[in-house]
Amino acid sequence: MVRMTYADAAKLAVAEAMRADPTVWCVGEDLGRGGVFKQYTGLVEEFGPKRISDAPISEAAIMGAAFGAAMAGTRPIVEMRFADFALCATDELVNQIAKARFMFGGQSRAPMVIRKPMGMWRSSAAQHSQSLESWYVHIPGLVVCCPATPQDNYAMMKAAIACDDPVVYLEHKDIWATEGEVDTSLPGRFGKAGIRRAGMDVTLVSWSNTANLCVQAADRLAEDGINAEVIDLVSLWPWDKRAVLTSVKKTGRLVVAHEAVCVAGFGAEVVATVAQTMVLKAPPVRLGSPRGLIAYAPNLEDQMRVTADMIAAAAKKTMEFETA
Amino acid sequence: MTLTNFDREKGLARLATMERIRAFEEVARRAAVDEALVLGAIHLSIGQEAVATAVIEPLRRDDYILSTHRGHGHTLAKGADAQAMMKELLGREGGCCGGKGGSMHIADFGMRMLGANGVVGANITIAAGAAHGIKLLGGDQIVVCFFGDGAANRGPFLEGLNWAGVFDLPILFVCEDNRYSASTLTSDMTSGNVADRARALGLPTTEADGNDVTALAATAAEITARIRQTGKPEFLHARTYRLSGHTYFDPATYRPEGEADEMRATRCPIAKLRGELVQAGVAEGDLDQVRQAAEKEMDAALDAARDAPWPAAASVFADVQDIGSPVEEAF
Ligand SMILES: Cc1ncc(C[n+]2csc(CCOP(=O)(O)OP(=O)(O)O)c2C)c(N)n1
Ligand SMILES: [Mg+2]
Repeated sequence: MVRMTYADAAKLAVAEAMRADPTVWCVGEDLGRGGVFKQYTGLVEEFGPKRISDAPISEAAIMGAAFGAAMAGTRPIVEMRFADFALCATDELVNQIAKARFMFGGQSRAPMVIRKPMGMWRSSAAQHSQSLESWYVHIPGLVVCCPATPQDNYAMMKAAIACDDPVVYLEHKDIWATEGEVDTSLPGRFGKAGIRRAGMDVTLVSWSNTANLCVQAADRLAEDGINAEVIDLVSLWPWDKRAVLTSVKKTGRLVVAHEAVCVAGFGAEVVATVAQTMVLKAPPVRLGSPRGLIAYAPNLEDQMRVTADMIAAAAKKTMEFETA
Repeated sequence: MTLTNFDREKGLARLATMERIRAFEEVARRAAVDEALVLGAIHLSIGQEAVATAVIEPLRRDDYILSTHRGHGHTLAKGADAQAMMKELLGREGGCCGGKGGSMHIADFGMRMLGANGVVGANITIAAGAAHGIKLLGGDQIVVCFFGDGAANRGPFLEGLNWAGVFDLPILFVCEDNRYSASTLTSDMTSGNVADRARALGLPTTEADGNDVTALAATAAEITARIRQTGKPEFLHARTYRLSGHTYFDPATYRPEGEADEMRATRCPIAKLRGELVQAGVAEGDLDQVRQAAEKEMDAALDAARDAPWPAAASVFADVQDIGSPVEEAF
């Protein structure tokens, strides 16, 4: 066990993978100076500027060229800087990378990790704050991963680099500095949820930073004698249906929370999957951002946030439903 | 033209390649129009065969090419199997993409043909990346990226050429200028000209007649040898003409009356090369045999494709992804 930040955990995974495999390389804007969030600090010194490559502000070319280099036999880690800017490379990801293996009848692979720092982070306003994970879950061919802890950011980054499929890897910008224990011997597995808290009364399902808020909500609920089970999905495609269904079977109550807009968010998929499978003790709840835009001023920005209090309140409501 | 240096053997080999491309596409067109065997849109490169033939001639088997929606010629010239290609056009088992891609995604990775592309211009950054990969791995191959005149108005043109220049990548960008982007005269929608854009991005740029296979082959041999030696990108603007419509079913009525007929009569690259070969002393009958052999090969390819079964139904879920594959997830 080593204590490290969320950013350093991913960096350690990248460095280890690069040491083990000379075909792994990173490309993105400003990587030679450590990247905008310092998640690459020190790597250029060890691996040199060819493997920790700077790039022009050409998101389409970063994505497209990395894909071409993947087809030529390398394993690129693509840095998009902000998930928002990755939209400039949507054709490359959605029409090319996700589909190449299939369209070419299995002749090619795109073993790539596409890092897209996501989420709300200090008054960054509407173009630097989005959570668009559900878009990518909708695209066959992509693996989608949203780690919430240093442990998962280490283990899942390793798994993503080892994976022969393109992995959309969404790290949350608000938790780069969060510290946690990392056991480097624990393997990361896509489609394997983490049970962050065990409980019998209500199931809280989430991912990315909102999973951390669910843990806080569970602590508050415990003060009121409610034992919430917190499931951190970690990866959204594939996602651990079994863990969710098993938990809800036990609790009969479900709250799904995410930072993304609630409408057509991945929470809808989780709730629908559970509702198709079993009858609950209380109607399931989805918590997400209103379908509004993320503002600069804190009092405006906050209105788009899902908080631990909101999650706890929603969980309590599912408890009260039974007694009502 | 003086034919003192004319190499008959090379001329005949080029003729064979061009006739094979022409015959493949004529057979595919007939299979589409007369028998409805070709399922989706196909884009014919009839009239443009010299570009694929000349530019690919100096390439090694392990050099890469990337192509466009109009990619049959490039793919054949790089060495792909005509029968597997025809099966792909018919959506059959044994097609080079297992019937999953069709004409617009035709590919043969064994021949290092990394795919046609249904998205105009998208192959430009990907091709730059293949060259980037070669450089990272320390290889000595080069990449050729074909695209149309219309593609030069898409963002990836700027981003891809700049990328290749910044990273000094071994790639030849070939703008195959057939004057049209679908039904639009490309010059009506283009500010300045394409070759100037490439020069402005710092790429050595050559402008050439894309219908003169003999001269173009010499030019391409020089450029590709230079790229292999310097490891740096170059640009070739090849002027040609699309004798067919945009798709096989496009009557191309937007073209000025008589334009295509005149081009066919005066600028057909195959007719031009045949003329040179006759002047060099090859008998007309020998040239006809080259055409007949190509037609026979492509007729046989169509027969084989017609007889091939549809792909296994379950293959639709194969090769999507390993992790979270629909094979496991279907429910
Ligand atoms: C991004 C994109 N926009 C539009 C189209 C539709 N489209 C297919 S081919 C074509 C014309 C392309 O012209 P050019 O690049 O000159 O190639 P050519 O067809 O002449 O070979 C268009 C507009 C497309 N496939 N992709
Ligand atoms: Mg054109």
